[in-house]
Amino acid sequence: MKILVAVKRVIDPYAKIRVNADQTGIETHNVKLSMNPFDEIALEEALRLKEQGLASEIIVISIGPIQAQETLRQGLALGADRAILIQTDQDLEPLVIAQLLNRISLREAPQLIILGKQAIDNDANQTGQMLAALLNWPQATFASKVTIDQQRVTVEREIDGGLQTLAFDLPGIITTDLRLNTPRFAKLPNIMKAKSKPLEIIASETLGIDLTPRLTTLSIKPPPIRPKGILVHSVDELIDKLRFEAKVI
Amino acid sequence: MKTLLLLAEHDQHGLKPATLNTLTAAKQLSNNITLLLVGPDSERAATQASAYQGVTNVMINNHACYDHGLAENIAALMADLAQPFTYLLAPATTFGKNILPRVSALLTIAMISDVCEIIDDNTFVQPIYAGNALKTVRNLQAKQVLSIRTSAFTAAGELTSTPAPIDVLTQHPQARACTFINQQLTVSTRPELTSARVIIAGGRALQSADNFDTLLAPLATKLNAAIGASRAAVDAGFAPNDQQVGQTGKIVAPELYIAIGISGAIQHLAGMKDSNVIVAINCDPDAAIFHCADYGLVGDLHQIVPELIEKL
Amino acid sequence: MTREIMVYDVVIVGAGPAGLSAAIRLKQLAPTRSVCILDKGADIGAHILSGAVFETSALDKLIPDWQARGAPIRVNVTEDHWLFLSATNAWRVPSWLLPKPLHNAGNYIISLANLCRWLSEQATELGVDIYPGFAASEILYNDQNQVIGVATGDMGRAKNGTEKSNFTPGIALHASYTLLAEGCRGSLTESLITRFQLRKDACPQTYGLGIKEIWEIDPALHRPGKVMHTAGWPLDNQTYGGSFIYHLEQNQVAIGFVTGLDYQNPYLDPFCEMQRFKTHPAIKPLFLNAKRVSYGARALNEGGYQSIPTLVFPGGALIGCAAGFLNVPKIKGSHNAMKSAMLAAEAVNNALSLNANPRIPLHAYPAALKQSSVYQELHQVRNFRPWFSKLGLFWGTLVAGFELKLFQGRVPWTLKHPREDRARTLKAHQASVIHYPKADGVLSFDRASSVYLANIRHDENQPVHLHLRNPNLAIDVCYPDYAAPEQRYCPAGVYEIIHDLNKAPRLHINAANCVHCKTCDIKDPTDNIVWTVPEGGCGPNYPNM
Ligand SMILES: Cc1cc2nc3c(=O)[nH]c(=O)nc-3n(C[C@H](O)[C@H](O)[C@H](O)COP(=O)(O)OP(=O)(O)OC[C@H]3O[C@@H](n4cnc5c(N)ncnc54)[C@H](O)[C@@H]3O)c2cc1C
Ligand SMILES: Cc1cc2nc3c(=O)[nH]c(=O)nc-3n(C[C@H](O)[C@H](O)[C@H](O)COP(=O)(O)OP(=O)(O)OC[C@H]3O[C@@H](n4cnc5c(N)ncnc54)[C@H](O)[C@@H]3O)c2cc1C
Ligand code: SF4
Repeated sequence: MKILVAVKRVIDPYAKIRVNADQTGIETHNVKLSMNPFDEIALEEALRLKEQGLASEIIVISIGPIQAQETLRQGLALGADRAILIQTDQDLEPLVIAQLLNRISLREAPQLIILGKQAIDNDANQTGQMLAALLNWPQATFASKVTIDQQRVTVEREIDGGLQTLAFDLPGIITTDLRLNTPRFAKLPNIMKAKSKPLEIIASETLGIDLTPRLTTLSIKPPPIRPKGILVHSVDELIDKLRFEAKVI
Repeated sequence: MKTLLLLAEHDQHGLKPATLNTLTAAKQLSNNITLLLVGPDSERAATQASAYQGVTNVMINNHACYDHGLAENIAALMADLAQPFTYLLAPATTFGKNILPRVSALLTIAMISDVCEIIDDNTFVQPIYAGNALKTVRNLQAKQVLSIRTSAFTAAGELTSTPAPIDVLTQHPQARACTFINQQLTVSTRPELTSARVIIAGGRALQSADNFDTLLAPLATKLNAAIGASRAAVDAGFAPNDQQVGQTGKIVAPELYIAIGISGAIQHLAGMKDSNVIVAINCDPDAAIFHCADYGLVGDLHQIVPELIEKL
Repeated sequence: MTREIMVYDVVIVGAGPAGLSAAIRLKQLAPTRSVCILDKGADIGAHILSGAVFETSALDKLIPDWQARGAPIRVNVTEDHWLFLSATNAWRVPSWLLPKPLHNAGNYIISLANLCRWLSEQATELGVDIYPGFAASEILYNDQNQVIGVATGDMGRAKNGTEKSNFTPGIALHASYTLLAEGCRGSLTESLITRFQLRKDACPQTYGLGIKEIWEIDPALHRPGKVMHTAGWPLDNQTYGGSFIYHLEQNQVAIGFVTGLDYQNPYLDPFCEMQRFKTHPAIKPLFLNAKRVSYGARALNEGGYQSIPTLVFPGGALIGCAAGFLNVPKIKGSHNAMKSAMLAAEAVNNALSLNANPRIPLHAYPAALKQSSVYQELHQVRNFRPWFSKLGLFWGTLVAGFELKLFQGRVPWTLKHPREDRARTLKAHQASVIHYPKADGVLSFDRASSVYLANIRHDENQPVHLHLRNPNLAIDVCYPDYAAPEQRYCPAGVYEIIHDLNKAPRLHINAANCVHCKTCDIKDPTDNIVWTVPEGGCGPNYPNM
């Protein structure tokens, strides 16, 4: 089985997010970029499937600027077999990302595609579902456990208030939630080896997809500062406020 | 006339609250709103839904293929119905998030997730970077697919005396879909930290694990709340690791967060500042936590908490 | 324990200016030699904190066309101010009065972290293998007591030492030569210095703690290229230190405050000195309508010429600030770090070319260094810092200034650093408590919100990397005798004395707060704290410090 894992290069989860001075975007100058944490989990799951003998090849794919090669190399160091970069300097919308991934899926014919449930930059939580729609594949989103028996994939997924278990026959799409696994660390010798693994670069314009944005960003602003509240002077007053003013108890 | 199709979320008990929050958002966009309900219990929820002011129409489809919120089939149905509608909405719950992007892709439309403010009929605000920034986007496509952040809109409550008509749909388009195996909804005695409506959090000032049990636990029981803790409390062994709230712990945003004996270090705030209402109980009037608390009470927690438990 | 082994000709620990320059020089001289660099930061530059006014002399030699290659060195020093502060006033020292080393014409204001990122690109292009996110945790020796390389730390151990699901054992990197470029107070460097008694013929090293912030200021007040230094307030006459304020690009200003770690009063709190410094009437206006965007801290060497240890040992050498070539009055060390690294690289290359038997000590390196500008400039300013320790701010500066101004340091005497910094700490009862103003949240801040801006990443479920030689000493001796100064000298709030109800006080170590400044390893009066590397990739993530 061939597994395709989509990985995105995003601002590191430990970096501070600051809106730029003219409120058109997030400050990326001097900011560390890393693999989207949900995508690390996606790759880890693929690697585990391969270690169980259930997968034969893992391809990591990223859509982004030329620097996204670093993210792909990290994927290769972690154990992916080869990488594809669809190069673009545009910030593409999830629909277009899904369309591009669809093109590559048709070419590569993976049986399983694993993606993070969302990228921690735009938090859109769309790409996996969209790609599933375009491929007309079953989708198991927000996965917290994956088991595969022959062609049958069983996925436990996190839903509001509990867990749901679904199953599908390959091919299909899985998007990962946080609890699915703990990603491994790249080993030094593997980082070395990753340098010689194949990494193909495809220009995004060559795939026949209209890349023009459909949405226009008007502004990006920091969230409003929480207004300072009030001091109450007794437990009675507190209960009163919570009951009748805030109406939360 | 801008028409709107809202995918409602419900269960055997009826409409889920998230649907009513989404309805409020819908009413800001359109006065011709159709609610779509699918699955086996949809009839009962439909009757309920039809009574809400602002709902023009209710469509139900109780074919078994739409059971359990299976995204593939529900998306196929919704895409099938989409043609006359300008807006397609769903709550940004795991239910809505699972289905709506799929609908959007079937229609080749770019979707906007987690709308938290509606500026005008094609301009919306959505949180990005985990709420660290708010993005305003304009959507000039003929159709608009939006998932609605439910906590940003109050629940629709107003009822009407002339219930909307209920149509029963008979078509049942399907796709290659998953099979449902089972579902376990958590029925723990205490709600989970990340999904709790109320959180009682304790800091180092609690002084012991015993005090977590004897002071915080009864209060949490009274309010059906989850228990959280600061890193200092976790490090000192007063509370288990998975109760840590903050930068390196859980990020929570309950309706009510009560911080007891927590100083309000920025790393703690990073995990709870998006809570709807924050209450702080601290003996130091200068504690940073008071800067972000809606209601602050200065005093000794050993007196305040028992009194609170008694009076609630 | 058997570890996976990777073999290189040269292994370098630390991707600061020294480590990177050594690697580049080696590859320039012998492109086929295999060279790798390890750095404990998650990314190159993540743990680099400097001023920085940069003197390009070494870079000019290493990469003469740095400008054409787009080095991030763009802001010329345009103005240079020296101020003496009292609590309420400021006096500018006319520049004709200042000795030459204190002039900055021809220098640039840079981010050293960004320079390192660029250097690492240059090195990668030359074929150096650079591994950020890997801490060297152990020196490896053979049975002839030669250094044969280093081991990287294990990843994925739980707090109690057990292996977590993602446990990945460290590996051994073997090399003919190992260069230690860990910067000031390197953890492996210190173990080598002890093992090979490298400090036998030198004075103890002395240090300062630099605490730095980056602010985005009102564009109307921003003067790219402006350099300002201050001495005096808020430090007392006996405490060495002062500030720097550098105007960088993009409306950013770097503000740093250095406190000599030979300070005597255990109640002194370098973090609070830094915070209250900003409230001085001459300083404050710059930071109104401004936003603090970064915070960090790092120790720097102040021992200079007298404290240079023996630089070589069988199988390797110390380069850059790991050895300690910072020029104190200039507060510049990067150019010397680079220069020393280049000379060491040349010696390594010769040794490898000529010798069938690697690992023989690289005596050519210290010999070349003695002839170089590094020794020359350190010799010239060697008495600057000791005069201060002897005479205090006023007389010390005056005498040291005269010595430099009139004689360019060509005086027959060389003053010593008699003791380690920690040994100068007074007992609590001999000192008076210092009351610092409360943080106002506008100009001055508390530790927690400061450390927040160091972008620390540190998995809390790992063994504590700050070791106590004797766990009881902290409470039995350091607390009663010295009032637990670690609560104050640590700029990240790592050490807390906790008074639980009805229990004896205890020391709690918030290891995850650590910004790797190394001060606790230096200043603990009981010499009880040993700084070791945490899991690779942990620690601060400085953007452009
Ligand atoms: C990289 C990093 C990550 C971190 N991650 C987290 C995180 O995820 N979560 C987190 O919480 N912290 C985190 N911290 C730690 C954070 O900075 C604080 O140290 C911590 O939150 C303090 O916990 P506290 O408020 O319980 O303790 P303290 O700061 O000690 O506060 C105790 C408070 O209790 C009050 N008090 C004392 N006695 C009483 C009484 N009898 N009645 C009422 N009030 C009383 C005091 O006035 C004080 O305000 C992190 C720090 C770093 C550097
Ligand atoms: C506040 C301050 C202001 C300064 N101002 C100036 C100035 O204006 N101009 C100037 O020229 N100089 C200045 N300096 C001095 C200058 O920063 C240093 O001289 C220079 O950084 C030394 O370079 P280095 O390569 O030797 O060490 P460092 O720059 O300290 O680099 C050491 C590297 O090694 C890594 N490392 C350490 N131990 C390990 C390990 N065990 N395993 C893996 N990696 C490890 C570290 O993460 C780091 O990246 C200043 C220093 C400070 C602290
Ligand atoms: S623990 Fe030591 S090295 Fe870490 S920040 Fe504190 S003083 Fe510096």
